[in-house]
Amino acid sequence: MESGIYHTTYEADMALRRTPIQKVRLAAVIAFLLIFPFFANSYYLTLANQIGIAVVGALGLNILVGYTGQISLGQGGFLAVGAYTAGLLATRLGVPFWLTIPIACVVTAAVGGVFGVPSLRLKGLYLAIATLAAQEIIQWLIVHWDAVTGGVEALVVPHATLFGFNLNAGNSDFHWYWIILAAAAFTTIFTVNLFRSRVGRAFVAIRDQDIAAEVMGVNLFTYKVLAFAVSSFFVGLAGALTAHYRLIVTWERFTIETSITYLAMIIIGGLGSVSGSIYGAIFITLLPALLNSLGRSLSGVVPGIAGLIPMIQQGVFGLVIILFLVLEPEGLAKLWRDVKDYFRLWPFSY
Amino acid sequence: MNLFLQLTISGMTNGAVYALVALGFVLIYKSSDVINFAQGELLLVGAYLAFFFVAQLGLAWPIGVLLALLVAAGLGILIERLVLEPLIGEPIISVIMVTIGLSSLLRAIVNGIWTPRPRLFPSFIPSTDVHILGAVVSADRLWAIALSFALLALFTLFFRRSSEGIAMRAVADDQQAALSMGISVKRVFAIAWSIAAVTATVGGIMLANIIGVSGDISRIGLRVFPVVILGGLDSIPGAIIGGMVIGLLEAWTGGYVGQGLNQVLPFVVLVLILMVRPYGLFGQEIIERV
Repeated sequence: MESGIYHTTYEADMALRRTPIQKVRLAAVIAFLLIFPFFANSYYLTLANQIGIAVVGALGLNILVGYTGQISLGQGGFLAVGAYTAGLLATRLGVPFWLTIPIACVVTAAVGGVFGVPSLRLKGLYLAIATLAAQEIIQWLIVHWDAVTGGVEALVVPHATLFGFNLNAGNSDFHWYWIILAAAAFTTIFTVNLFRSRVGRAFVAIRDQDIAAEVMGVNLFTYKVLAFAVSSFFVGLAGALTAHYRLIVTWERFTIETSITYLAMIIIGGLGSVSGSIYGAIFITLLPALLNSLGRSLSGVVPGIAGLIPMIQQGVFGLVIILFLVLEPEGLAKLWRDVKDYFRLWPFSY
Repeated sequence: MNLFLQLTISGMTNGAVYALVALGFVLIYKSSDVINFAQGELLLVGAYLAFFFVAQLGLAWPIGVLLALLVAAGLGILIERLVLEPLIGEPIISVIMVTIGLSSLLRAIVNGIWTPRPRLFPSFIPSTDVHILGAVVSADRLWAIALSFALLALFTLFFRRSSEGIAMRAVADDQQAALSMGISVKRVFAIAWSIAAVTATVGGIMLANIIGVSGDISRIGLRVFPVVILGGLDSIPGAIIGGMVIGLLEAWTGGYVGQGLNQVLPFVVLVLILMVRPYGLFGQEIIERV
């Protein structure tokens, strides 16, 4: 009868996957992700790609909000910077997509770093409002700086080609699945390892007690700006992927609503948790789709429900956020942990 | 000169509406340190409640408005009890997110009941044109100015003279000390939310009278952040003056510069204020250096 997990060597203690069951589960997930696109139709592939992009964006946001404790309502603005940088480079200068994506990430990281500077003076509530202002200002610039961004007109991005192979032709969802999967995997592995390093530990120290962190030799200015930059790097990656995958960039995709959606992902998934970000991204992306198909299948039974679907989606979205915060503030990651703990000790859980 | 006067008056009237919205904001922040992202949605609910009682049920407008105010007050208490109370002591991000979730839920409920179609608000507030010094203003906007100043006076009296108001200031100052003096903090929070909902209903009715009853009413919720930051998050006179300043800035830049600059300027002001004087013009100064 085990009562917990104990390690007897340093290697075991430092391993990313510590138990055989975890290794089996990881292998099963990887196998599923590799086999899935060969059986899924294009609807499910589109959903999977949306989830993949959301995972990248949510992990980026969680680095900032969940791990470093700097509240940001500017996610939509930073996504827009990534998407527009990639889109404009491809459209105006004809830069190939494997170059636009890294450039977009770096540009977004720089912009994020600049908006991170006020975080030295502002904390909590005030920082949230400052990032809200950043969101509004970026959005305004996109709409009104039409000479560069095209203003309210949608930006049409050319097809992406890799070694002469057109990714957006034919079964584009299938092609992009692999690129998005690679990006999501890279982001996940990077984030997991970031918080095993000095930089990541410094972020967590700033979240827990900034003054104590400063006293222990963490330079607040450097690390706060760095947190904004690292977070924005991945947010930019998500934005750039959206631009090339969707082939169209409009400002309407990057409003305050988008910021809120991403915040909901990490709140529902679990703040300061890598697996939580992933669960949250899956949950929030699937929720409207599920409600939509549920509404459609009920339309024969309940007349007029089809017209109510957008309101139901919005209402359930709000309700889910409230219920999670009131009942399970640590999110899906905690729920999953509870379930595992229950079964590990079953039937003698107390 | 005529253009200047016209812009100034229209700026002040817009500012009065901002001030009305900002008042509810400040009330909640002052007593419970909660920043309410659902303030715009409280406005929306208030406007639709008044619309329901007056236009749809056909009640005389004083009764209809009174009923709307009562229901709004009840709703405020309900929200505080069910949603905000379990989150006392939780991190700021949770409190912010819960009000955001609330805003989404309230908007969905309003849209679900009344459909998002814009409608005409029953015009019991006169909206005839009034000429002041050669500028033309509609009377409902003047009413908004008058109402916001009346509410300012009322709330100032409330916070200075009534025991409830003094209890609210005590809670805002130090919850622990207030508790040990026998003040019920929960009761204070409930009062704050019901007053905020009532103020929002008044603001919603004024706004619906100017722009009609539609989902657009809730948009003003986010536009009010520059106002409260400028005036100071916990200052009632700050809400009024902040509202006026932002309203004037918007009107002047809209009239003289154009290019949609008036939409973004308040947020630029917000960032500048946050950098220089985060507690605003009249807010209580809390100094913490990192």
